[in-house]
Order: sequence, then C-alpha cells, then structure tokens
Amino acid sequence: MTFDSPSIDYAALSPIIALTAGLVVLVLVAVFDSIKRFGSPIALLTLAVTAGCLIWQWDTNTDLVAGSLHFDGITVTLSLLCVVSAAVAVLLSIGDPAEKQTGRSDYLALLMGSVLGMVMLTQANNIITFFVALELLSIPLYALCATNLRKRDSLESGLKYLIIGSVGSATLLYGLALIYGTSGAMEFPQIAAGYLGDGTPDSINKLVGDPLTLVGIGMVTVGLAFKVSIAPFHQWTPDVYQGAPTPITAFMAVATKAAVFAIFIRFFLVALIGMVDGWDVMLAALAAFSMVVGNVGALAQTSLKRMLGYSGIAQAGYMLCGVIVATQDGISALVFYLAAYVAMNLAAFAVLVAHERRTGFSDDISSLRGLGRSKPLLAWPLTIAMLALAGLPPTAGFIGKLYLIEALVDADWTWLGVMIAIGTMISLVYYLRVVAAVWMSPEAEASPTDEIDTSGLPPAVAGGSAGDFTDGQAHRRWYLVLPAVIGAAATIFFGVVPQPLVEFAQQAGNALSAYIS
Amino acid sequence: MLSLIIWIPLVAGLIAAMAPQRFAAWIAGSGAVATLALVVVVLIGFDPGGGMQYVTDVTWIPGLGVDYNLGIDGLSIFLVLLTAVAWVPAIAFTASRGTERPGLYFLMLLAGETATLGAFLSQDLLLFVLFFDLMIVPFYFLFGIFGNDREGVTASSATLKMIVFTLIGSLLMLVGAIALAVISADGGALTFNMAELTARGLPSGSQNWIFWLFAAAFLVKMPAFPLHGWMPDAYRAAPLPALAVFSAVLSKVGAYGFLRVVLPMMPDATELFQTTMLILGLASIIYGSVMAFTKTDLRLILGFSSIAQLGFITAGIFALNTSGGEGALLQMINHGVIVVPAFLIVALIAERFGSEDIQGMGGLAKKAPVFAVVFLIVTMATLAIPGSPNFIGEFFIVNGLFQTNVAIAIIATSGMAFSAFYALRMYQRTMHNPLPDGADSREISVRDGLVIVPMVLITVVLAFCPQLIIHGSEPAVDTVVALSNVEAAK
Repeated sequence: MTFDSPSIDYAALSPIIALTAGLVVLVLVAVFDSIKRFGSPIALLTLAVTAGCLIWQWDTNTDLVAGSLHFDGITVTLSLLCVVSAAVAVLLSIGDPAEKQTGRSDYLALLMGSVLGMVMLTQANNIITFFVALELLSIPLYALCATNLRKRDSLESGLKYLIIGSVGSATLLYGLALIYGTSGAMEFPQIAAGYLGDGTPDSINKLVGDPLTLVGIGMVTVGLAFKVSIAPFHQWTPDVYQGAPTPITAFMAVATKAAVFAIFIRFFLVALIGMVDGWDVMLAALAAFSMVVGNVGALAQTSLKRMLGYSGIAQAGYMLCGVIVATQDGISALVFYLAAYVAMNLAAFAVLVAHERRTGFSDDISSLRGLGRSKPLLAWPLTIAMLALAGLPPTAGFIGKLYLIEALVDADWTWLGVMIAIGTMISLVYYLRVVAAVWMSPEAEASPTDEIDTSGLPPAVAGGSAGDFTDGQAHRRWYLVLPAVIGAAATIFFGVVPQPLVEFAQQAGNALSAYIS
Repeated sequence: MLSLIIWIPLVAGLIAAMAPQRFAAWIAGSGAVATLALVVVVLIGFDPGGGMQYVTDVTWIPGLGVDYNLGIDGLSIFLVLLTAVAWVPAIAFTASRGTERPGLYFLMLLAGETATLGAFLSQDLLLFVLFFDLMIVPFYFLFGIFGNDREGVTASSATLKMIVFTLIGSLLMLVGAIALAVISADGGALTFNMAELTARGLPSGSQNWIFWLFAAAFLVKMPAFPLHGWMPDAYRAAPLPALAVFSAVLSKVGAYGFLRVVLPMMPDATELFQTTMLILGLASIIYGSVMAFTKTDLRLILGFSSIAQLGFITAGIFALNTSGGEGALLQMINHGVIVVPAFLIVALIAERFGSEDIQGMGGLAKKAPVFAVVFLIVTMATLAIPGSPNFIGEFFIVNGLFQTNVAIAIIATSGMAFSAFYALRMYQRTMHNPLPDGADSREISVRDGLVIVPMVLITVVLAFCPQLIIHGSEPAVDTVVALSNVEAAK
C-alpha cells in the first residue's frame, strides 16, 4: 500500500517559510546577550529574502494548503509593500528608545510576527486563515505600541489598541460565523458559489437577501474597518498613532492598510462578489464618511503624528473606493495608491523620527519651523511627502488620485470621485500648513542642534529625561535619512514615470480576472 | 523642440539652485533667454494656417490613456511668446535687486515658467490639467517664502488661501477631465488626446455639468468675480517680480483654457451658458473697475484692474464669434505685456516712497521725466486710449459683443470708461501733485530702464502692428469659434 503524500508547493510558500525562519532566529538570538545587537541585520536579511521569494513567485497564481491560502498578484504586490514598510520600520527603529528598552531582538521578533501575519493575510482564502492571519498581524502590534516603557502615552496607546482591536476582532469573528452559517462554506470561492447557486436567478441562494447574511457582512465590514481605521470606527487611531513609538506608527499606518485592504479585496470581490449590490452602497457611505471625518479632523491637529493619523483615516476612505467599484481597474488603482502611500508616508515618518530624536521627542508642527533653512535633507523629503499626500503633481500621489477617480468614473461612481476631490481640497489646508511651517516661518528659537530643549516636553516622560535617547546628530544618520530620501525620490519618480508602478498594480488587478471584469 | 522649451527653464532652475549662489541669477537669466530664443525660432518657422505644429506625441502612461502630447498653434503661440518674454525682465529685475536665498527663488520662478509653458503647449487634456495644477506650486513657495507679511495677514496664510482656492478649481477640473474622457470613450479605448476628444464629442447632458467643473477652475485662476477672494491678500503678499509674471501669464491660462478646452469640447454647454458667462464677465468688469477706483494700494489697483480686463476677455471669448475671440486673444497678450512693466514700476515707485499706498505719493514727474513717460505709456495702454494696443483689443471684443448681445455690449463699453478713471488717478497721484517730504524722486536708472523699457516698447509696437498677432492667430480662433457653433447650428 502506498501513500500519495499531499503535494506541497514549497516555492509559493517560500515567503512565509522565510519569514517564519527569520522570526525563530530572532527569538533565539534574543536569548544570548552577546549577539543581540545583530538583531537589525538579521531582520533586514529576513525581509530581503522574503522580498526575493515574492519577486521570484511574481507570476504564480495557485491555491496553497488545500485552498486555505491563495497566492496570486494581489499577494505578491501587497506583501511586497508590507515587507518594504517593515524594512523601513526596522531602520527607523535603530536607536529608538522603544527598541533599546525592550531588547532589540524581542522587539524585532514581534515586528516579524506582525509581518508574517500580513503576508498570510494577503493570501488568506478561507474564513479560518483570514481570522488567524488577522490576529497574527494584530497581537504583536498591541505589544509593540506599548514598547516605549517609560512613556505613559505609549502604554496607554498599547492598551487602547488592545481593547479596541479585540472588540473589532470579536465583531469580525461573529460576522464570519454568520457568513459561514448562511453560505455553508469556508473557502471564499465556495462561499461565492454557495450564494450564487448555478448562476440562474432561481438558483441564487435565498439566504442572499437574508438578514443574517446582511448582518454577517455588516459585522465583517465593521471588524475590518476597525483595523484600517475607516470612520466611524477610527476613534482609536489618533491616540494610538501619537502614543506608539514613531517607527511602529509608521509601520502600522502603512503596512496594516496594505494587508487589510488585500483581505478587503479578496473577501468582498471573491466571496461576496455575487452580492455587490448589497454591500457597495454601504461601503461607499463608509468611504465618503471617512473622507469627511479624516480630513476635517486633521484640520485641528497640532501634533504631526495625530495629523497623519487623521489623514490616514481620510486616505483609507479614498482607498476603499478601489474596492467599491468592483472592477480590475479599481483593484489596480487601489494597489497603485497604496504603493504611492507607502512611499510618501514612510518619507514623512522617517523625517519625523529624525526630527523627534534630534529635538527630544516633539512632534508638534510648530517645532518644524525653519527646518527648510537649517536641515534641507529633512525638509525636502517632508515637503515632497506633504505635497504628494495632498495630491499635487508631479508626484505619485497625483497619479494615484487620477487612477482612483478614473476607476470610479468608469464604473459610474462619479459622485465618489467628486468626494475624493472635495476631501483633497480640505486636506490641502493641513498638509500645506506643515509646508508653511517648514519653509515660511522663522526658525523656532535657537537651533536645538546640539542642545536639547526640554521645556516643551510633556510631563508624561516619566522616570527619566528624554535626553537619554536624544541624538543631536539624528539628521545625519543614514538609517534615518536614507528612507526619507528614497521615499521622496520614489514619490517624485513614480509621479513622472508612473508606468512601471501601473504595471505593478495591474498585476494585482489581473489576479481576479475570473471574478470581475 | 517644444519639449526643450518646456524643460530648459526647469533645468536652468535646478542648476541655479545647486550652483554657488552668486551665479544663480546668471544661470537663471540665461535659462530664460535660451527659452525665449527657442520660442522665437519656433515663431519664425510657424505657419498660421498650418494647424497644430511641432507636434511631439509619446505614450506616457498607457495604463491610464495619458500621452505626453505637445503642439503649438495659433491659439497658443503668442501666449507662449508672452510667457517666454515676461520671465526675462522678472528675472533681470530680481537679479538687479538681489534676493535672499537666490537659488531657491530662481528654482521656483523657473519651475513656474516650465509649468506655464507646459500648460500652453499640452495637447493632452490630462497633461494640461497636470501642468495647470503644477503652475501654482512654485508660486505658492515664492509668495510664501519671499513675500511680505501685511497687517493682519501673513504671507503664508495669504498664499495658503490662494493655493486652496486655485486647487479647488483644479481638482474639480481633474474630475471633469476624467469624466469627459471616460464618457466620450463610451466603453472604447480611453484617451485624453484633445483633438480626439473634440472629434468624439460628448452627450449634451454630460456637457452641462462638466462645463462648470472646468469653468470653476478657469474662473478662479483668472480670477473672475465672484471667485477672486484669494487675490487681494496674495497680491499684497507677493514679491513684485514674481507677481508681475503671475499676473501677466498665469491668469491667461484660465482664459486660454476656455478657448482650448471648453469651447471645442463642450459646444452645447457653451451655447447654453453663454449668457451666464457674459454676465459673469460683465460683473468682473464692473466690480474690478469700481474696486480699482476705491483702492489706494498700487498692487490692488493693478490687481482689480486685471479682474476687469479678464472680464473683458471672458466676455470676448463668450461672444462666440471671430471678432470677440480675436479681441480676447489680443487682449490677453496686451494685458500681459503691460502688466509686467506696471508691476515693476510699482516696485520702483515703492523704492522711492517707501510705501505702495498712493495717498502718500506725488510729484515724481518733476525730477524724473523719463520715468514719468514710461509710466504714462503704461497708463494710457491700461485705459485703452485710441492708439494703444488695448484699444484695438477692446474694440474687437466690443464689436464681437454687439453682434451677440447689444445690451451687454453697451454695458461693457462703460467699463472702458471706468478704466480711464482708475488709471489716470493712479498716474496723477504718483507723478503729479507736490512731492511729499522724505521721498526720493530719482530718475529711473539705466539698469532698470533696460529691464522695463523693452516691455514698454513691445506695447508700442503692438499698438501699431496688432495684425502681427491677429494674422497669426486668426485661423486658429476661427476654428475654435466654428467648433463651438457647428453644434449649435444643428
């Protein structure tokens, strides 16, 4: 008697394998004090290998692990974005108080765990892997938010995120249970089949219009909306963004969006594609509301991190439009926008980290005054990032908005396109306020290059002065300046030569050609 | 060729920004002059009846249907020339006065030239929108970094208002452009090529709302009443040489947009909203003139008189006949040519009195007769005295309006009378009357004369030979006007 062992597609699983291996090594390294300092190189190597595996599998389109994962263009593109943001987060974390306090390798192992969750989430193809991957993504982040042990804000942020995130997860799980109950299937394609029958009107499962199904969809949406901070499920965002160590904020702001939008695409456009009419209006309302809340909320912020938090809410609204239109163009536009978002946001955060570390943890917009004169290497990337977030040419941000609006108008969602335009108008005010502070205001007091000005620090820096971790030379550290400059350069480059990025994005759009036009 | 014209200024600006700062002005100046030389070469080889010329058409973003498509025709050539000309004195004037951080200043100024030329030369609708958006960014930095804070309004808040106003228009236009392309593609291949879009046509129902998305962008840019709210603060904050080109050229892009995009691509809506637009034009004329008459700040007088002039231009365009269109185009050039020296003269006057308020001025003419004559020519041109190029332009416009709507033509004519009031008042208050104490009534220096007088001479030449422009642009204007009427005739 012979057994046919199930064939395992190691090639397509290689990114996950690489990440897991790196994670294990990092945990082991953490045990030995003498080699702890190699944490960052190991993490970067892991990410590089993962990225290599992803690119190697560029054209793969296959089911994995008995259909519980599905590897395709969406996986490749969005995982790459997550990996890139993680790599930047690793660089930005070098010398960060949070990283120093928690022990370098432990911190990085948590980060790798979160990335692993993201890479799995981009290929999750059934309800179980969906939920497991999402939790794997979230739980390390709860801990990471609280890793700045001496800062009360950081602990508060971790706790807040934990509580709200858990509520989101619970809601999501309940919703998934209802979906399973009404469709009778776990895998996304089977769910779609369960709802569709053989395609004729009579055969469509009666449960499609059933309140249970609708409630299920609604709860899943709410759960996911918590994760990508779509209004009105966004209240945690500004607080958590502000309190968390800035490199982690950068990672959360960017990578979480990329991963969760992957599951947005796969869940709504594969599993629920038969019920587009049932959910598109709901998502459109959320997107529009998010744009308004995010943009208006950002207007009043004085802290740059909080402002970026609110702006992220608005941006999530723009991105959601890519799902709503339910076309391949929409997915491509979403992926393009996410890629541009990664570049411009990481540039902004890299500058912010350098600035904070140089001046003793102030992320107040007014503390940026005069930066254009004194620190051009920080000022230019920040300026470009802000102009790109505001959607001005010649940046990738402009092309991204163009792509989204084109997809929207093409699918008869012109009013959402107009909403994006209106949201962008409001956003100009707060993005340009940063630019104005950088270039158009006299320098703030005496240049704090070497001397640390502690007078403006919040009292919450308990148990030690901020001076322990300030670095007067932060604006010259390659690991801070390099991500900023590369992010800004990429933002401009893909604004002038967008075609390569368009093709990158189309790789994702084409992946679902079996489901949508 | 056209690509060179567009990109040389930016390259020169980048070099100027990186080179040692004392060379910045020279590099910037040579960039602007080189651009001007190339434009002249293009002009010499230009055939007025030849339609679109010097075409460059390269696929840019195939995934989105956007091409890098440049071309020049009778509509744009003189505006391109105006742009190339206007930047030279602006740079020369700045260079002669010196500025803080010259590298950054010239980079921004020349980036502005690149964007403006790009807007005039684009034959792809999306490329046009992109350059149109891009134009405002360098001026945002110029006005904000190098501008002056006034009482109650800082330069950065004034410019913030300006950029938000203009970009609101631009963003709506972006949606409009995409909608226009998608709807006219009607499921087929998407393109933003302007000629192709014109040929495809647009259902008239869609035209009606897309029209306003474009009109909003263009009217804000001009600025036209009632969308001019950003203008007074921004004008008061701006550094004068930058303001000179801003007022001379950028406002024309709005008017040009009507001729290039709105009339040919949305003929039904143009016909439908003709009266509305004419009334908006009239409102601008009257409001601008009255405000110009009540203001005492020289910049604001010129700013509001620009609103009035652009009201004339709008009215001329929407007369929808050749005479009106010709007059509008001629008037765009005239206004641009006159406004540059006018703002530079304001800078000179301000240097002499230490303020830009005409209440404390007077008597300059006594000791500075040459300066007074230069200013007098500019004044006379502004009030469109017979023998000035503006007279010819306004004559054409009013002539066109009479064919369209007699009542509007008559009211518009009264606007010409208003302009005499404010222009002469401005001249009198500065040049005549007794000289106040403490004022320094120097004659214009040779250096400044070299910057300003050539622009004034162009005005004089245009006064005698307006047919230079009319001849060159007539076929193109005819085509546009015909396009906007073909549909109406159906």
